[in-house]
Amino acid sequence: MINFRSIKAIYIFEMSRTFRTLIQNLISPILSTVLYFIVFGTAIGNNINFTNEIPYGAFIVPGLVILTISMQSVNNASFGIFFPKFLGTTYEILSAPISYVEIVIGYVGASATKSFCLGLLILITSTFFVDLNIKFPILMLCMLLLSCVSFSLLGFIIGIASDNFEQINFVPMIIITPLVFLGGSFYTIDVLPDFWQTITLFNPIFYLVSGFRYSFFGTGEVNILISIFSISLFILLCIIIIWRIFKTGYKIKT
Amino acid sequence: MQTIIEIKNLRKTYKDNKVALDDVNLNIFKGEIIALLGPNGAGKTTLISNICGISSITSGDIKVNGFDVVDNYREARKCIGIVPQELSFEPFEKVINTVNFSRQLFGKKPDEEYIENLLKKLSLWDKKDQIIRSLSGGMKRRVLIAKALSHEPDVLFLDEPTAGVDVELRKDMWNTIKNLQNSGVTIILTTHYIEEAELMANRIAIINHGKILLIDKKDNLIDRMSKKTLIIHTNSKINKIDKALEKFQLRVSKDKKNLEYDYSPNKKKTGITTLLNEIKKTGIELIDVQTKQSNLEQIFVEILKND
Repeated sequence: MINFRSIKAIYIFEMSRTFRTLIQNLISPILSTVLYFIVFGTAIGNNINFTNEIPYGAFIVPGLVILTISMQSVNNASFGIFFPKFLGTTYEILSAPISYVEIVIGYVGASATKSFCLGLLILITSTFFVDLNIKFPILMLCMLLLSCVSFSLLGFIIGIASDNFEQINFVPMIIITPLVFLGGSFYTIDVLPDFWQTITLFNPIFYLVSGFRYSFFGTGEVNILISIFSISLFILLCIIIIWRIFKTGYKIKT
Repeated sequence: MQTIIEIKNLRKTYKDNKVALDDVNLNIFKGEIIALLGPNGAGKTTLISNICGISSITSGDIKVNGFDVVDNYREARKCIGIVPQELSFEPFEKVINTVNFSRQLFGKKPDEEYIENLLKKLSLWDKKDQIIRSLSGGMKRRVLIAKALSHEPDVLFLDEPTAGVDVELRKDMWNTIKNLQNSGVTIILTTHYIEEAELMANRIAIINHGKILLIDKKDNLIDRMSKKTLIIHTNSKINKIDKALEKFQLRVSKDKKNLEYDYSPNKKKTGITTLLNEIKKTGIELIDVQTKQSNLEQIFVEILKND
């Protein structure tokens, strides 16, 4: 039987951390996104036109949301599990009558919730700068949720595997940011030379951005089903890795 | 006596093949305080970690209240509270929040009355809204105890509870532990302070190199292992022990005025009467005799020396 009370305890404990660090968790990413809108959407964007139908300011909204929530999900989840490791408080989680699945639901659930709320806030903020008509709102919410969960799972893995704060920041800065920027967040891949178009097809974020953009405008660079399949595959991969981590006790149990 | 923890053939090895626990067998009885006494690196914390699920077991079985800690870990862990050696906290959390968190993490319904009584018992109630970072070391240790007791466990593990704590606070902590025992909690205490084990425990297990070398009731242990020394104060200076006294393996004190004789008080014949008769024959005049008993510390050192 699932121990809901323990899951809730971890979830609320993690959420309460958000309110203690509200500026870092909410205001800072929103401010960054506003700056992106001002620079790319308004200042430069008026001179860019990838698609005839969609203004550039609106075009970059899905990419900006993915950029922010991917970073925040990874940061939230990795910090959420790394901090107890750093402080030495994991003994309490490990000695509690709670399964590994429940631990993951607690931490990843809290991280995904924060990112999901942040994603919605960014969408609301974007309406101050661009006219936004979301074609498939339910699909958009599902894609947003799946993205938050997938990156939170990745963050959880990073948090367990990291031995210090430098390593926690390494993956988001060195891997995720470039993948998001080069995954078609700010452009369509047909503007790239053939070689780079092929390379982009190996970038998982490309499928995520494309799917998310489809939910906004009804058009994406790949079929929406391929996008959903890619995210599901990514989530499955993360779950397998986490299962292995708990099975072997890697960096969490001696 | 009802067994609350049963450990059978427990073995723990690390990846580098270092053996941390080697065929440990141990029964812990309900309501007792048992002290695991051993030097640093003996395996005390590993043993606790294995029971509580913090580290994985290589082989063997552990049951808590009849529940296997691997197959039936949920039921087993509900019975256990642990106070770690290190003062490990979320530093910016309030005392009341962290204690409530621990209770709910162990699947228990919130219970304001119980938590209030617990914090009052540990003199923490007036600190409940303070963030942990602002508390003194002793208070932090109490918060750890409160967290461990928040879900009303039957068994409490205290891993070196008074390490690095000043004398006054240590005595205070001992009182707290005794009170917990009186409230029905079984306590497993690891320590390398012999005085602590001698004062607190009903039974003592001496552990070294991952093996339990000895386990017995404290008083039995002292009786069984202890030696007594008869100190004979004489009126003359003893430069050489008389041939007739050689068989007693006497020692001469530094000032050459006393003779010392080791004997086991548990043997039927201690040899004291014969010794005193022989001394009388040699013409040495006696002023006084006294006995000195070895304490737990000497026993402990002796056992470790022989290991």
